[in-house]
Amino acid sequence: MSAVAGTHAQDHHHGPARGISRWLLTTNHKDIGSMYLIFSFTMFLLGGTMAMVIRAELFQPGLQIVQPEFFNQMTTMHGLIMVFGAVMPAFVGLANWMVPLMIGAPDMALPRMNNWSFWLLPCAFLILVSTLFMEGGAPNFGWTFYAPLSTTYGPPSTTFFIFAIHIMGVSSIMGAINVIATVLNMRAPGMTLMKMPMFVWTWLITAFLLIAVMPVLAGVVTMMLMDINFGTSFFNAAGGGDPVLFQHVFWFFGHPEVYIMILPAFGAISHIIPAFSRKKLFGYASMVYAVGAIALLSFLVWAHHMFTVGVPVAGQLFFMYATLLIAVPTGVKVFNWVATMFRGSLTFEAPMLFAIAFVILFTIGGFSGLMLAIAPADFQYHDTYFVVAHFHYVLVPGAIFGIFASAYFWLPKWTGNMYDETLAKTHFWLSFVGMNLAFFPMHFLGLAGMPRRIPDYALQFADFNMVSSVGAFMFGATQLLFLLIVVKCVKGGEKAAAKPWDGAEGLEWTVPSPAPYHTFSTPPEVK
Amino acid sequence: MRVHAQRVGALLGGLSFPALSMADWTVNMTPGVTGTSNDIFDLHMTIFWICVVIGVVVFGIMFWSIFAHRKSQGAKPANFHENTLVEVLWTLIPLVILIVMAIPATTTLIDMYDTTESDVDIKVTGYQWKWQYEYINEDFGYFSNLTTPKDQINNRQTKGENYLLEVDNPMIIPVGKKVRFLLTANDVIHSWWVPDFGVKKDAIPGFINEAWTRVDKPGTYRGQCTELCGKDHGFMPVVVKAVPEDEYNTWVADQKAAAEKERELTQKDWTMEELMERGEKAYATACAACHQADGSGAPPAFPALKGSAIATGDMAAHIDVVVNGVSGTAMQAFGGQLNEADLAAIITYERNAWGNKMGDMVTPKEIFDYKNQQ
Repeated sequence: MSAVAGTHAQDHHHGPARGISRWLLTTNHKDIGSMYLIFSFTMFLLGGTMAMVIRAELFQPGLQIVQPEFFNQMTTMHGLIMVFGAVMPAFVGLANWMVPLMIGAPDMALPRMNNWSFWLLPCAFLILVSTLFMEGGAPNFGWTFYAPLSTTYGPPSTTFFIFAIHIMGVSSIMGAINVIATVLNMRAPGMTLMKMPMFVWTWLITAFLLIAVMPVLAGVVTMMLMDINFGTSFFNAAGGGDPVLFQHVFWFFGHPEVYIMILPAFGAISHIIPAFSRKKLFGYASMVYAVGAIALLSFLVWAHHMFTVGVPVAGQLFFMYATLLIAVPTGVKVFNWVATMFRGSLTFEAPMLFAIAFVILFTIGGFSGLMLAIAPADFQYHDTYFVVAHFHYVLVPGAIFGIFASAYFWLPKWTGNMYDETLAKTHFWLSFVGMNLAFFPMHFLGLAGMPRRIPDYALQFADFNMVSSVGAFMFGATQLLFLLIVVKCVKGGEKAAAKPWDGAEGLEWTVPSPAPYHTFSTPPEVK
Repeated sequence: MRVHAQRVGALLGGLSFPALSMADWTVNMTPGVTGTSNDIFDLHMTIFWICVVIGVVVFGIMFWSIFAHRKSQGAKPANFHENTLVEVLWTLIPLVILIVMAIPATTTLIDMYDTTESDVDIKVTGYQWKWQYEYINEDFGYFSNLTTPKDQINNRQTKGENYLLEVDNPMIIPVGKKVRFLLTANDVIHSWWVPDFGVKKDAIPGFINEAWTRVDKPGTYRGQCTELCGKDHGFMPVVVKAVPEDEYNTWVADQKAAAEKERELTQKDWTMEELMERGEKAYATACAACHQADGSGAPPAFPALKGSAIATGDMAAHIDVVVNGVSGTAMQAFGGQLNEADLAAIITYERNAWGNKMGDMVTPKEIFDYKNQQ
């Protein structure tokens, strides 16, 4: 060994460190991306398990499995874990892996911060999940944690929940700063903004949304912290505070947040559909402008979550019109995807199947969103299962299918092996059927008058709840198959070419598969 | 198709749960019984059909591509990737559709907000987990509690027809009159919803929201609280009975007389047995949801009363907790919710039930004096 000591400095740059320190101390965007993805999937299974508890209780009317107190903890934790633990980290993981590869950068701009922003997440979720074992139980006030239910009437663990949200916020903001710094400073020579891949564009805009709204979330939980522990009355009417203020601040964060959870999926889908249609993305420029318009409008629509709160009629009208307006750029995106497929040369590998399901089912979620935007009709839909159906249609086949599509699309690049196509297609079809069986009947339940967040229901809702639970169990169990497929793909399989998809375009396909530990040490030229 | 589905449903339901065989497979909103709910239903159907048409066109083109432009069918990719005219069109056409949709929505919304010139005013207050209805011009009011027995909820008894949608005292309104609701809450945010009226409005502590309805068809209409309000959010239904006007007037006269009688109860001389008897009933409606019928509570949020320091301690402190509540906890101030007779009965009951053997009692008169001293 001593004979080659002179080359040690060089060796250091060739591969990862050994053992646990590789993961604890890594500053490599690929390692950090993998950790984000693994963490996200772990949280997806945990949040999914809670959804199974919810659906098991709702399988029949009456209280069978859990008591209402615990049921409320399950709905709350399911929402928080899926939003902050599963969907957001998955997209950060994809950004970590793919943004540097797509723009020809050697790594993220701020690699040490990258490491820190990841390792904060397990800490935050350890705190959040530990509340389940505390006296008085976990947060039980819904993932929207409306005051004063979450302040004056919240369980003792609420302060831990607030701390966990703060840490997640710090992590998200650091991740966002990293993406912005990377995209704005480290693009390969010749890659102008309007030549940037769509995934990079959508992530750049998402990062700005994150920086704009995560501090607002931090603000609202800090006000809660003050109300609970330091005797202030921000949200306590008895002390001169205003419970509605909570909702305004929360949804000022909350609405852009839903776009944070969908824009990166828009980006990924805009690569996958052209790749498997073997045809360039239709309307690249209008796609970019549409994402920008959606992001800007997302700041002007928050009170559409509050139509029944008693906002003055002028306010109702403004928020209704602004919400309807969002349908225009969203429609443009859907039309562009369909136009991309039109007269292409289509094949239907797993990423494409998930992408097509994404377009169809996300559009259905968009339609119910359009219905919810009609303020008078919202008085009937609000806080019923119709809303639950709506946001699960945009988040499950939207965000989650977008993530699955991305994972299958880029797995060959990450592992150097092709995944098992038959198993992946099985995963798709079972997910597709299970998801629709679980969530489509919820539209009917909501229209028939079933409120959300109830552990027990009137008898006329029994049949569709049972169907929905069966679908949910099917969807839930199917996700273990994904784990199997990924493990199998990491362990081996047919070797993947540098560009395994013949219609794919972009710099990430110019490096070998699996992508070497260090890529683009010298920047490529983009013409 | 629909009939078929209903039959299959009835069969499945009938096989698995005899009690559910009347469950249905309703897939759409119902038009309801008021002008507002009918307007909303029309808006709902209009926007629904607009979505269906857009969906058929967009998915139609997409499925056609999926079938006709497959590589396995030998499709060669075209290489167009932009078309300004098409892109402008599919921006403008949706915009026009949305404007067309916004016009009737605006009209309906403005009508829903017109709460002027009401004939009857009812104050609706949300509590964890019941509703209070006060007829503010008639000087009486009462609470409306779930009556579904615990045994039905816990599957020890067959579930009744109106499982979870039945209350002891429904709201009574006259048909053909404009009824204005003034909504607020005592603790957390609740939301008062009757689907058949097209009325849903949040009841928020510190705020008074307004809504209105005019029901033309007599009947019993059922709804639920729709804003998560804690443990028993799923167990605080809304039941409204619309009755002909003369029947309504008789009912109001009866209620006023009964309210007067309640006030007289304070002056009456009570015995321990009378207080215990009244206390057991009042405790069951006002306290048992949290502290449980056997006084065991659900710690830590809802402490046990059986053997508790307060229920077996100083009488004045016990009265203070019940009348004024404990700020910062779920314990409400019942002084404003219950009459003196019920307060005295409940306190006496709590001190002498489930093995609490204080042997002392407090009279409605003493409660009345206590409240006046404050």
